[in-house]
Amino acid sequence: MYKVTIGLEVHCEVKTNSKNFSSSRNTYSEYPNENIDTVDIGLPGILPVANKEAFRKSLMMALALNCKTPDVVMFDRKNYYYPDLPKGYQITQMEKPVGVDGYVMINVNGEDKKIGIHDIHLEEDTASMEHFSDYSLIDYNRAGVPLLETVTTPSIHSADEAIAFLETLKGIFLYTGVSEARTDRGQMRVDVNISLSKDDTLGTRTEMKNINSFNNVRLAIETEIKRQIEVLERGGEIVQETRRFDEEKMQTFSMRSKVDAVDYKYYIEPNIPPIKIEDSWIEEIKKDIPMLQYDRVQKYMNEYELSRYDSEIIVKDKLVSDYFEKTISLGCNPKSSANWITSVILGHLNKNDLKITEIYLTPKMLVELIDMVDSGKISSKQSKQVFAKCLEENKEPSKVVKELGMTQITDDKTIRDIVVKVLDEHPDLIEDHRKGKNTFDFFVGQVMKATRGQANPGLTANIIREEIEKR
Amino acid sequence: MKTIMDLRNDLDSSKITSEELFNESVSKAHKYQDEYNSFVTILNEYEKQDSNSLLNGIPYALKDNFSTKGILSTSSSNILKDYVPVYDATVYKKLKEAGAVLVGKTVLDELAMGGTGTTAHTGIVKNPWDATRQIGGSSAGSASSVALGIVPFSIGSDTGDSIRKPAAFGGVVGFKPTYGRISRYGLFAFASSLDHVGCFTRCVEDAAIVTDILKGKDERDMTSLPDENIKYKDILNNDIKGKKLFYIKEITNLEMYKDAGEETLEVLTKFKETIEKCRELGFIVEEVSLDEKLLKAIYPSYMTISCAEATSNNSNLTGIPFGPRGEGNNINDIMFDARTKGFSELIKRRFILGSYILQKENQERLFKNAQRLRRLIVDKMNELYESYDAMILPASGGIAPLFEDSIDRMSDRYLILENHMAIANFGGFPSITIPNGFVNNMPIGLNITGPQFKDGETLNIAYKIEEKLGFKGLIKEEYDV
Repeated sequence: MYKVTIGLEVHCEVKTNSKNFSSSRNTYSEYPNENIDTVDIGLPGILPVANKEAFRKSLMMALALNCKTPDVVMFDRKNYYYPDLPKGYQITQMEKPVGVDGYVMINVNGEDKKIGIHDIHLEEDTASMEHFSDYSLIDYNRAGVPLLETVTTPSIHSADEAIAFLETLKGIFLYTGVSEARTDRGQMRVDVNISLSKDDTLGTRTEMKNINSFNNVRLAIETEIKRQIEVLERGGEIVQETRRFDEEKMQTFSMRSKVDAVDYKYYIEPNIPPIKIEDSWIEEIKKDIPMLQYDRVQKYMNEYELSRYDSEIIVKDKLVSDYFEKTISLGCNPKSSANWITSVILGHLNKNDLKITEIYLTPKMLVELIDMVDSGKISSKQSKQVFAKCLEENKEPSKVVKELGMTQITDDKTIRDIVVKVLDEHPDLIEDHRKGKNTFDFFVGQVMKATRGQANPGLTANIIREEIEKR
Repeated sequence: MKTIMDLRNDLDSSKITSEELFNESVSKAHKYQDEYNSFVTILNEYEKQDSNSLLNGIPYALKDNFSTKGILSTSSSNILKDYVPVYDATVYKKLKEAGAVLVGKTVLDELAMGGTGTTAHTGIVKNPWDATRQIGGSSAGSASSVALGIVPFSIGSDTGDSIRKPAAFGGVVGFKPTYGRISRYGLFAFASSLDHVGCFTRCVEDAAIVTDILKGKDERDMTSLPDENIKYKDILNNDIKGKKLFYIKEITNLEMYKDAGEETLEVLTKFKETIEKCRELGFIVEEVSLDEKLLKAIYPSYMTISCAEATSNNSNLTGIPFGPRGEGNNINDIMFDARTKGFSELIKRRFILGSYILQKENQERLFKNAQRLRRLIVDKMNELYESYDAMILPASGGIAPLFEDSIDRMSDRYLILENHMAIANFGGFPSITIPNGFVNNMPIGLNITGPQFKDGETLNIAYKIEEKLGFKGLIKEEYDV
């Protein structure tokens, strides 16, 4: 048996108005070279101006990942020639990144695990390129977009853990609003390092760069583990190298060995003076970090006694989780609220591709609706109708109930009078019932018909049973 | 020769118009161009914004490594020979807004690297005092255009001594203020941690006037300093009695130059005479002894740091987003070809050095050690500035060199004497060179370097010394030596 050790480097674009070191817009654009200025294409004489918002969000992410933040943050230059890098160097952080030595808690199939964060640093994205047979196209829209790189320690030991980590990280990006973390727009890209060993020492690792979906991360890891096992079983040696994962062939291919590794000649960026981080600023940022998914799941399970399954469904989207918590703060029973959200509301959202904030039903209205059911004012079946009509006509539940004349009859005498009348009309069927034939549902149906479905079903059944007994 | 203030008075009293001044400058520029080659571009359109500043209507020249929208900006390199920027450098913008009128863009040593004025893609720049001699560099054309009397002031950049050395050789004033005092936005970067913007003028007062316009915080340059609410021009005449100056024994001691040529001895003698005049003015001048090893480290540290930064800063010149596109079958070959054709051998040598210095295995030994030396030198200077107001030294060990002479800057004798002015770049100190008389009918310079942020005080000291020496507004045509 081999022990698998994995380290991840996750690049994620930070959501800001302008780019990391220029004033051009940081936004997704369908048109190439639309969001660029003199700085982004590296014209002679330009200087970088650090984006404070990108910086604040990076610090927020560092804090959310329990990192230590330095007193002074500096930037460095990473030098290499490639047309996607217009200045010929990338401004990044080596010596004094925004965060070091952090960790994040993840849950893998019900088991809690702690993943170490080596560091998190802020840098700028490169231009995107498209290569054709005899020419290439460059789009500088992405050049200079703030990019946060999160580097884990080698503390991940399976593809499942890697995916759980990535999902957790993505969740933190979304919860903190640091990034939209959309893999379909290349906003989140993953480098994977993998090594195998038979004991506790680390084996030689290989690296796969720029994997752009979590599913491909899983496939790449599984494929590379399989390859490394085959090599080792053959008595071969793993070479330290960069490999490329080919999702169609389901194989990894060698790209370049360690010997050919580029020397990036890192040195301090002279145009950005060291930035002092005041404690008061850190405290301010901490206050802006909401409770994150992992902690919410713990809370829902321990305090509200929800299942892990339901808790995880609710926290998947922060808006849904916030909605849920709002209903509880309004005094709603957590289980009823969770049931409504997971079984009714999310279904509606998915079907209509809506956000929970886009539907007419506010947390307050949901609590109202649940209260009406709990107090027996309307039946559970009726409540589903009310929900549908409420969204359809943008009306409050109480108003819908009133308009439909939809109050439940829970008065014993009213129901009993109707039951007696129904039984009186069908003495033959009472006989059949006594002989063991199922005529009970018929009686219920008749009562419902007579009350236009407003009779409380439980109460109705009890009274029918009692009245038959009497005869 | 007229200074900015003289021209100001002429303009204000309607003796001459700004346009006439411009035309005069342009015609002089053309007249001297073939012989001295000060300009890459001479403008022909008079363009001026309205302003109440002292520079309103005054013509000037700008070094060709500043970005000027719509005007060719070559940095005197083939790789930028057709480059027309789409944006304005902050200094250019400020001068435009102050009503100053641009006459032309001046020749420099290619990409501001070099101190001879001989490496521009458009040819060598000659010294107005003797056309067989260099003007020095890298701000060669900016120095010669003022020395020739084409313009009353010009803008240069100074990474090692690129303003202050040619100012000495041309008999004009050259000033670079504290690092960050003037925005570098739009200055084509050579070595960002050492690069300064500064000016050439005919007198210290003009240097103060120009700096007053250019200084200030620029949101586009994070290293720029906050605004000070003083005008340097207003404090030039402050009393200097009791102010303390120092000079370095290991640079000026005549004993060390026993085998040196006449010129060096004369330069040093002139310097000692000036010290006496300073004392007459009321300055306290003292000799200070520094560790010679530290002083000898200035030039190699400067070269190490500047080559390293230059390599990185000029990596944008690939011919891909702009500039002449290279030929080749793949992206690497295309960039390789553009850079091979675009740079001269000297530049390539610096880039290779810089690249070597930054390599992982060399960085500690070369780059980091050079930075440590830089720190040691700056610390030593700051320690001295606790007791002194400024350092004064000869700007060079001789007069402007002949073209056929190549100074061996690494030779031990001149290693310190020729290269000490980089100290001001190391520490970002305000530093000014003013004329200090003549040796063999060629001007020589006196350098005054003050503590960081003390630009006004440094100019005040220079102003008083200039007044005493009486070499203000030198110009070959008018000055019969």
